[in-house]
Parts: sequence; C-alpha cells; structure tokens
Amino acid sequence: MRFLCLYKPVKKEGTPPTHEDMAEMGKFVEEMMKSGKLLATEGCLPSERGARVRLANGKFNVVDGPFAEAKELIAGFALLQTESKEEAIELSKRFLKVAGDGETEVRQVYDPGDFDQGVAPCGERTANA
Amino acid sequence: MTATAIHNTIDAVWRIESAKLIAGLTRIVRDVGLAEDLAQEALVAALEQWPESGVPEKPGAWLMATAKHRALDLLRRKQMLDRKHEQLGRELEALERTVPDWNTALDDDIGDDLLRLMFIVCHPVLSSEARVALTLRLLGGLTTDEIARAFLVSETTIAQRIVRAKRTLAREHIPFEVPRGKELPLRLSSVLGAIYLIFNEGYSATAGDDWMRPALCEDALRLGRILAELVPQEAEVHGLVALMEIQASRAAARTGPEGRPVLLLDQDRARWDRLLIRRGLAALERASALGSERGPYTLQASIAACHARAPVAEETDWKRIVELYDALARIMPSPIVELNRAVAVSMASGPDAALELVDALTTEPSLKGYHLLPSVRGDLLAKLGRFDEARAECERAASMTRNAREQELLLARAREFAARSAVSDK
Repeated sequence: MRFLCLYKPVKKEGTPPTHEDMAEMGKFVEEMMKSGKLLATEGCLPSERGARVRLANGKFNVVDGPFAEAKELIAGFALLQTESKEEAIELSKRFLKVAGDGETEVRQVYDPGDFDQGVAPCGERTANA
Repeated sequence: MTATAIHNTIDAVWRIESAKLIAGLTRIVRDVGLAEDLAQEALVAALEQWPESGVPEKPGAWLMATAKHRALDLLRRKQMLDRKHEQLGRELEALERTVPDWNTALDDDIGDDLLRLMFIVCHPVLSSEARVALTLRLLGGLTTDEIARAFLVSETTIAQRIVRAKRTLAREHIPFEVPRGKELPLRLSSVLGAIYLIFNEGYSATAGDDWMRPALCEDALRLGRILAELVPQEAEVHGLVALMEIQASRAAARTGPEGRPVLLLDQDRARWDRLLIRRGLAALERASALGSERGPYTLQASIAACHARAPVAEETDWKRIVELYDALARIMPSPIVELNRAVAVSMASGPDAALELVDALTTEPSLKGYHLLPSVRGDLLAKLGRFDEARAECERAASMTRNAREQELLLARAREFAARSAVSDK
C-alpha cells in the first residue's frame, strides 16, 4: 500500500536550514532510498513562491502566496510504499526526528498498483517478454 | 497504546529493521542461521517487553543491542567450552579477535552488510528455490508461513528448505563478503535471477487459482530498488529494476471485470501506473548510461519501455521491438526468447513470417511442456484464418498449464476459434 506523507512544520517558513540540517536530512533520505520504500519525495520552497487556486460557484479565485497561516503550511511530501499503516507511521516518526517539530499527515492513497485482484493475461509475457 | 497497537508497531519495526539486523549480526557471528536466530530472539524480547515498557526511542538500535547481547553471551559460553579443549585454542584466538571488532562492526555502513547478505543468500551453491526462500525470509522479512502461501507449498517444505540452505552455507564455509573481480558478474546475476524469479512468480503465477500474487511483486521490487542503491554502478541492476517497475505499472490494467485477464494490447492504458512507468524509464536511462553493451535485463526493460511509451497499442514500435529481441537472442540465445521474437515479428511483418519461426520451435525439446508455444501458435493460426488448427492448439495449451485462470482463458479462446471455424466452413 502507498501512503502520502505531508509534512507541516511548526517552524516559521522561510527559515533556511543549516548545513548540518541539510546533511542530516540528506543522509536520512539516502537511508530511506536504500530501504526501497520511498517512491518519491520533494521539499517545498516558501509559500510566497506559490499560489492558491480556488473554484467556487464556477468562479476562480487565485491568491498568490505567502499564505498568512503560520501553521499547517505544507513544507514537503513523501510517497511511501509499505506493508502497513503502522510502517508508514514508524517511518514518519523517524522523518520528524530529523526534520524537527511539526506534524506529518499520513494518508493512504488509491493505488492502481495495489494488484487487488489482478489477473495476468496469458501470452502477455510472450508479447512483451 | 493497546496491546494490538503495540503488536502492530512491533510488526512494522520488524519489517523495517529485520534485514539490517540480520545483516549486521551475520557480520559479527559469521553464520546466517545463527544471526537469524539472534534477531528472532531480540524480536521475542521486544514482544515481551515493549507492551510493558513502551516502544523504545530507537527501536532498531534496541533490537540490535539486545541481539548483540545474546551473541556476546553465546560467544562467551563458547569460549568457556573451548577452554576445556586445547585443540580449539586457535578458534578461541579467532573469537577473541572478533570481540574488539564488535562496536566498529555495528557502526559500519549497514549498506555493505545488506549487500553481503544478498550475495550470501543467493550463492550459487544453493538451489534457486533455496535462494528465493532465503532471500524472502532474511531480506524480505517474510515469515515461513507467508513464503509457503506465496508459493503454494506447505510450511514444512519451506522451513526445511531454509534450514537446509543455512546448513549448506555453513558447511561450505561461504564467506560473508562482496565478491570481486571476475566472480562479481556471475554472483550478481545469481542475485538478480533470484529477485526476478520472485517477481515473476508474483506477476504470472505458475500454478493456483490466482494469476498474480501482488505481495511477491512488491517484495521483489523493493529488493531490486535496495540493490540498485547498494550497487549503483552495475547497469544490469538498474535494468532489472526498470523491467520490474514497468511490468508492475500494468498490474491494475491486466484484470478485467470478475478478475478476467486482459492481454497487453487490449489493456486500458489510462490504468497503467504513471509513477512506476516514470521510475522504470528513469532506471532504464541509468542502465543505458552505465553500460556500453546492454545486458539481458536492460534489453527486456527496453522492450517493456517500447510498450510503456506507446500511448495506444496501435502506435507500438514493433520494428524496434524486433531489433531488441534480435539483440537479446544474440547475448542470451534461448527458445523462449525466439518465441517472444516470433510474436514481435508477427506484429511487425505479419503472421506468415512468425509462424515459420514458431514452427521451427515445435521440435525444440526444452519447450515440450511449455504451454505458451501452442498458445502463440494458436494465435498465429487464427490470424491466418486457420481456425480449426488454432482451436486445437489452444486446447493443447490449456491442458499444459497448471494455472486455473490461464486455463479458463485458453479454453475460451478455443471455443471462440471453434465458432469462427464453423462460420468459415459455411
């Protein structure tokens, strides 16, 4: 199963990470890659570089960043492939220890590769090796 | 936390830590079987203690420390025992040399240990069944019962297979090391082979009621991704990962309503997993950038990529696929590759040319029990309007497979060809 982990730090956005922070996070991401469980991950630039696009009653409303809320700003995401929700939680704990105070929202994502009742067609292996 | 919650957390920690734990311990005790026993003992200790004490701050380190402790006890007992036997003095010296090494061994890059563990459990001295079972058990963190269910054999069979494999490794004094020089390509191909075997059993089960065993595909993919991080300089590792990612990307589209199989060219490509395709193509690029000459996995991944890149089946570059099969047949000549090549030829140049190739394979002894030969031949005959012969081939293929789902599909096709044969007779 796959989980989308959204990280929302307590720290005010725009605080640049120190060299040590960067190195530690780099090491952590490398370890996660080596676990074979991290499918994708990115970190966000401050919200002043972004925008919010809303649709209400058929009308668009685009608000440029920065966003006023101090909390609940997404600072990055990770897409994990794990055996259980508990495993995603455990990995999120490890991430938070490196990233610092804040919250990670762990959401199971619809996974077309969940192979739920998958059936292999006969001859497919022949047709594509 | 409730008892169940703690139990689930321990399970999760075990999934994350077990391979690293066993790898690190094997480095210390130089015996895969003993290392696994020690890791299991640490797990039992966690199951006993964590519900009372709570989950420790660093659960992985806790497990390692506990296992290390047991290992130390064991070595001490062994040393005491050895003192009684002077002839074992030399072994004692060796053991004493091991002990100071202890902490550095634990702090060392765990990646190296994992890699050594992969090489030892896939050692050519073991049968391929043993390699697969040991890989899933020690690196995949699966229980014996889970492996048994995945391969539809009894738990006892798998347990015995694992015990025998461990004994063989100990008896043959297989070193816990990363092979170098001329030995490396051979040993690496043994590791890649075991991973691909696991993947294929998950992707196209050889027997049983289900066509796919998804968990096995995921285990194989994870092992492949780990290996690609550990030996990033090896092109074929990326080739294998690319092949598995791209094949796995089609998983959801391979099933129609009621779990019926959907052939590659009939699949709804919107249901292909774009993330896996992207990862697969990126891995293929890494493989191509590394190797001047493409190996068998990279070539097969390149073929899979041709399908992945085609937005609709009609736009598939069959000419390119035939070329890739030509290249594959050159470095890995096999009747099965020939059969696959024939399918590509039929798409690129028509069924006549392909049937000629397939007919040449009918006398091939190694394909005697291979159901895909009559299956492919049946398809080609049907394309040529020879429905009666096509029906007979599909029926023959159905009688040769042990997989229930595949049998259903082949028999359905046989019925379809029979009906068309009746129509064309009128």
